[in-house]
This record gives sequence, C-alpha cells and structure tokens, in this order.
Amino acid sequence: MEASAQAVDRAAFFEWLCRTGDNTLILGHRVSEWCGHAPALEEDIAISNTALDLIGQTQLWLEYAAEIEGEGRNADNLAFLRDAGAFRNVLLVERPNGDFGLTLMRQFLFDAYHMELLRALQSSTDTRVAEIAAKASKEVAYHLERSADLVVRLGDGSPESHARMQKSLNALWAYSGEMFMDDAVDQAMADAGIAPLPSSLKTGWEATLRHVFDEATLTIPEASWQHKGGKTGVHTEHLGFLLAEMQFLQRAYPGASW
Amino acid sequence: MDSQSHKMLPDLDQVWQWLAEVPDPEIPVITLTDLGIIRDVRLEDDTLVVAVTPTYSGCPATSIINLDIETALRARGIEKLRLERRLSPPWTSDWLSAEGREKLRAYGIAPPVDGTAADGVIAGRIARLTGSGNLVIACPFCGSNHTERLSQFGSTPCKASYRCKDCLEPFDYFKCI
Repeated sequence: MEASAQAVDRAAFFEWLCRTGDNTLILGHRVSEWCGHAPALEEDIAISNTALDLIGQTQLWLEYAAEIEGEGRNADNLAFLRDAGAFRNVLLVERPNGDFGLTLMRQFLFDAYHMELLRALQSSTDTRVAEIAAKASKEVAYHLERSADLVVRLGDGSPESHARMQKSLNALWAYSGEMFMDDAVDQAMADAGIAPLPSSLKTGWEATLRHVFDEATLTIPEASWQHKGGKTGVHTEHLGFLLAEMQFLQRAYPGASW
Repeated sequence: MDSQSHKMLPDLDQVWQWLAEVPDPEIPVITLTDLGIIRDVRLEDDTLVVAVTPTYSGCPATSIINLDIETALRARGIEKLRLERRLSPPWTSDWLSAEGREKLRAYGIAPPVDGTAADGVIAGRIARLTGSGNLVIACPFCGSNHTERLSQFGSTPCKASYRCKDCLEPFDYFKCI
C-alpha cells in the first residue's frame, strides 16, 4: 500500500478515485458510441482510439479504487455493477453525443481540463496516482491536440460549421463549471497532497480555451449558472440510458466472461 | 513431473533471448524486446518474474502479449512464472530498438522520430495547430520527405496515418509518446 493512502481518509480517497475513473469511463463509453458512425474513416479511427485510451485509464483508476475500498470488488464490478446513483462522473461527460460538433466540443472542454489535472497529479504524494497520471498524460496530450485542432478547423470553417460549434459551446458551457468546484472530498485530497483542488486547475484550462477559441473565432458565453451534482451521484436521466447499454451484458448474464 | 525447484534455474540471459523471439501480436515484424516493453527479468526464489509495461493503457494487445509471453516461456519448461505490470517509467517510443526501427521501415511503417511527442507545453502545441509543424516523416516506401499527416491516430493505438505526396501511398507512422 502506498504510504499516503494510510494517512488520508480511505472513504474520501475511494470517492476521489471513483470520480476520476468514472469521468474517463463515461466519456470513453460516450465517444465509443461513434464507432462505425463517424463522418470520416480517419475520425472514426481517431475517436475509437480515444475511447480505448480512456477505457484503459479507467481500468487503472478503478482498479486502484477497488483496492483502496478493500471490499473485494474489482474494476469490472465498479464499472458494470453500480447503478447511476453510485457513479461520480461530472455531468458534462454524460451529455448525449448530439452532432459531431457537440461531441468534439465536449471532448475539447474535457481534454483541456484533463491535461491540467494529469499534469498536476504527476507530483502527487501517492506514488501510484502519480504513475497512472504520467502514463495517461501522454495519451491525453494526443486527445487534446486532436480536439483543439478540430475545434479550430470547424469553428473557423464554413458558416455552417462555425454556427454549429458556437451552438455546441453555448449548450455545454453550463456543464463545464462542475469540473472546477471543490468540496470536502477534494479538500481532503489536497490536504494529503494526493490531488490538486479542482479550482486550482481553472486558470490553466481557461488559458487553453482562450488560445483555441480565439483561433477558432468562437466566443465564450457570458458567465452563467452552472449545473452540478454528478460528483455526488445526482445525475441527469442520460446516464441511466448509457448504463443500460454499457452494463446490459453483465446484468443479463451475471459473471459472464470471455 | 519434477517441480522446477529440482531443475536448473533458468539463465536470465537465456530468458531475454527467448523473449526476443516473441513477435508483437499487432506488428509481428518486431519482437517484444524490439518494442522495449519488457522492463525486467529476474528470479524471486525459484519464480521467474517478467515485468511488462503497456504501450498505451488501453491497448487491446496487452492481454495477448502477456499470454504470448507465458506460452513462450512455458514451452521452454518454465513452470514458476509471474508477470508483473510496470507503469513507471511510462513506456516511450524512444525505447524502440535500432533494429526494430529498421524492421518497421522495411515493413512499411515509418519509425518514430524521437522527441516529437504531443506532450510538450500547451503553448508549443497550440502553435503547431495550424499545420503539422516542421516535423518531416519520410515515406517508408519511396523515401520522399514530401508527406502529409492524415490523422494523429491510426490502425492501432501506437500509430498515426500519413500519406506520401510523391508515390501517393498511404502509410502508418509509429507515433511518438
């Protein structure tokens, strides 16, 4: 067991690991829904690769979560046998895919946050967290490069693509704030030196957004009321439909493996 | 059958040799040691421990690689064997062997140009957004430097898609991480 895991409240650490792993799991599943449907072959391949990376990272986070919990569960149990109220992902990642523009905007807003988070986690006092973050950050750098590139090309593209990207940004903006809201779990992680306070990541995230949106000729909406709840298990109805598909096999055939 | 403890313990150099004959399941022209994913081979008492690092955390080949290692070593008579996943330091394409790079090129996959990974500072990445920068990837078929990137992603997690503007062949680039 890692040294700092002893010092921190295990329930809070488990909660934080679930939040981190559930974000990658739910976004990974969401983007995998495009497999075979993306508008171009290269995009289909790119989005499926992104999904694969995110699911791989999920295994690392949720495997550790299960160990910290110490109840004999594993990453698969956490992914496939929890109901919506036990998921801790932010609401942004469970938003439906919409058109390709909305999917890309959601990806970019998350990738820019994810990059900041993983960079900070590489100096975590918890060795295993730092190692997972170092591994994942190499993959996420490619995710961000791609999503930022496409946001620019479509934002600064045709009148139609520009309008769709601006509409996507407007629609998702009220779901972006939850990534940076601190609560008692976050404070416990920060006090133990395991993870940064989410609010501390906002400046870097905003800088990335400004760079990319300037070039994409997109306008960040006026400050608005922000949705929250995902981090504490209060989800939109969309998560239930996602889980129904993702968990179907294990629910219908408990314990099935191949 | 005699237990392994009654036999000669395996020579570690020999084990490395055996692993150097196991092909990568996705790119069979290179071996697991060419890829640089075997990080350690050691004995713990009479158990042989092989530390393997994943290339990408979600790479579907990872479980096949572990199975192939186990199959290859069992076939050589190793009974007490443990595979260990090692995450740190994270795998980098810089660990591809010189020989492996040549095998990739001959197979039609452009080998990685070291030091060109995407995880530079944000500003550097943003600056590159409008073009593919000054990174030149030579066509593995005709050698031309007149190539263009089609996608940062390709047929496996470790590859990107390129096209040669001279011989017009599409090709994979083993991307840098």
